[in-house]
Amino acid sequence: MRTKDAVGQYGEQLAAEHLAKAGFAILERNWRCELGEIDIVARDGQALVVCEVKTRRGLNYGSPLESITYRKLATLRRLLGRWLQEHEVRPAEVRIDIVAVLFPHGGVPTVDHVRGVA
Amino acid sequence: MPLAQAWSVALVGLEGHLVEVEADIAQGLPKTTLIGLPDASLSEARDRVRAAVVNSGQKFPDRKVTIGLSPATLPKTGSHYDVAIACALLAAGGGVDNGRLRQTAMIGELGLDGRIREVRGALAMTLAASRSGFERIVVPELNAGEARLVPGIDVYGVRSLRQVLALLRGEEIPDEAPPRAEPRLMSESLTRVPEVDLDDVLGQREGRRAIEASAAGGHHIYLHGPPGSGKTMLAERLAGLMPDLSTDDSLEVSAVHSLAGLLTSDAELVVRPPFIAPHHTASLASLVGGGSGMPRPGAISCAHRGILFIDEAPEMHPLTLDTLRQPLESGFIELHRAAAVAKFPARFLLVLAANPCPCGLTGSSNGVCTCTPQMLTRYRQRISGPIKDRIDIQRQIEPAARGEADGERPESTAVVAARVKAARDRQAHRYRDTVWNINSEIPGPILRREFPLDAGSQKVLESLYSDGRLTARGFDRVARLAWTLADLAGVGQPTAELTHQAFQLRSGAPLTALSDARSVRGNSAA
Repeated sequence: MRTKDAVGQYGEQLAAEHLAKAGFAILERNWRCELGEIDIVARDGQALVVCEVKTRRGLNYGSPLESITYRKLATLRRLLGRWLQEHEVRPAEVRIDIVAVLFPHGGVPTVDHVRGVA
Repeated sequence: MPLAQAWSVALVGLEGHLVEVEADIAQGLPKTTLIGLPDASLSEARDRVRAAVVNSGQKFPDRKVTIGLSPATLPKTGSHYDVAIACALLAAGGGVDNGRLRQTAMIGELGLDGRIREVRGALAMTLAASRSGFERIVVPELNAGEARLVPGIDVYGVRSLRQVLALLRGEEIPDEAPPRAEPRLMSESLTRVPEVDLDDVLGQREGRRAIEASAAGGHHIYLHGPPGSGKTMLAERLAGLMPDLSTDDSLEVSAVHSLAGLLTSDAELVVRPPFIAPHHTASLASLVGGGSGMPRPGAISCAHRGILFIDEAPEMHPLTLDTLRQPLESGFIELHRAAAVAKFPARFLLVLAANPCPCGLTGSSNGVCTCTPQMLTRYRQRISGPIKDRIDIQRQIEPAARGEADGERPESTAVVAARVKAARDRQAHRYRDTVWNINSEIPGPILRREFPLDAGSQKVLESLYSDGRLTARGFDRVARLAWTLADLAGVGQPTAELTHQAFQLRSGAPLTALSDARSVRGNSAA
């Protein structure tokens, strides 16, 4: 396994723990279809949340949150639709959250959770 | 706290408007929006502020940031909101106490490294902040000199964003490298009154009399004569004859110069009347002010309360010269642009100089004029009637004759300036109950009703009028000039001789009454 994938997986693990602690019920992780992949699907009260996790090892190339482009958000929206279709659920509210994990070399990782970006 | 406010100032012309800078940090992906009608240089504030905040060791919020400048309908221009934006942003993020921030007005442009660069118009902005009740203002260190000229407000000159933050947090101010002054767009020497003395001018009795009267009553003057006869020499010395500016005028002139970028960092108030000499190729916009978006002051506003000297006036484009008509009458210029209407003061003393003809040899003993009559007519028509009509004094300047130059040592600037000052004092006293200060400003009807000429002077003017040598408008003009000559002579009322001399000064005829004027002065002293 390449280092960047290992870092990503570790970040997703931290993100899932963070969400669970915040009271989210994790429904599914790494759900795939031909459109792409959803990192975490969770339920937050009435809302179904599709959660993208972005992990970085430093700020040299900008913060993890900054790397989320409009194109990425558009993909997430399409994935959300597909997930709802395939699971035949009709939640009262749907949401896309981003969890940014900053995992500096030799430092303590920090988790930043932004709700409702789209 | 996700919301915070700071204050800055927008300038429309010389008038300052307080601008509230709000910063809101909301959930969302990182993005900074700037709203409130910013222009291009202000929109770039986003990127400048971001870099400056990060390079000052602060954290730029990793969220959706909205910066609002209100009143939202007022178009805003310039880079001087940077400091207020940065502080509002950091206060919204919780890094600065907002209470303290809200009591401080801030102006200054940020460098990417967090240094604070100087801005234009700091004096007028500080004045606006002070009048709106602010007790503290943060300005770039290079602008602190001019900002401190405003009474009743504490001015903090700062070098960097770090220093501003320390100030707001009540911490010790860190030391920073001193800022480097930016080069001026217009050189400082443009406004400096030439340091020349009237005692360098030999002979030129009529020319001296003309500029003395011009300085005393604020009369516009037209000097013409062959090249090398001393027109420019006299015009430059006219500035030295004018008295110092009053406190209010001084503040107003300094504010215009600050906006035009003419004040230096160690600025003191402009106390001497400015001397502005635009070349005759000057464009319309450079003369009256202008520019797209927010208008800027031009040469006539820089010459406010001072002298606007146009050498070779007939060479200037007639349309350009004609734009001076309205400000000559009203004392201000209103510039209308899509973004705003700016009003700048422009009460200047107009000094025009010209050769008598295109080849310059008419009336000269050094050669014979080779211009055709058509050329002469065309040349003379280039200064339009309406402009000529507003000029009270016309004088033909002849090269000093040998014998004339050999005589006694001429009077120095100090001696003549003292006489001008005394004449101005007499005018101020006479017009103390009116809004005007000097003879050239008094409207005709007021002059005729409140300060009529005596019977003798009246008779002189009426006979000139019936001869067709004086127009109705010229009537008032000569009367004003006669008052100025009386003020210079120290007599309470213009005499018939002085009135006649006033007419000669206006019409350009030789001054026959010069010795009479001297005797009048002698009599009054006795």
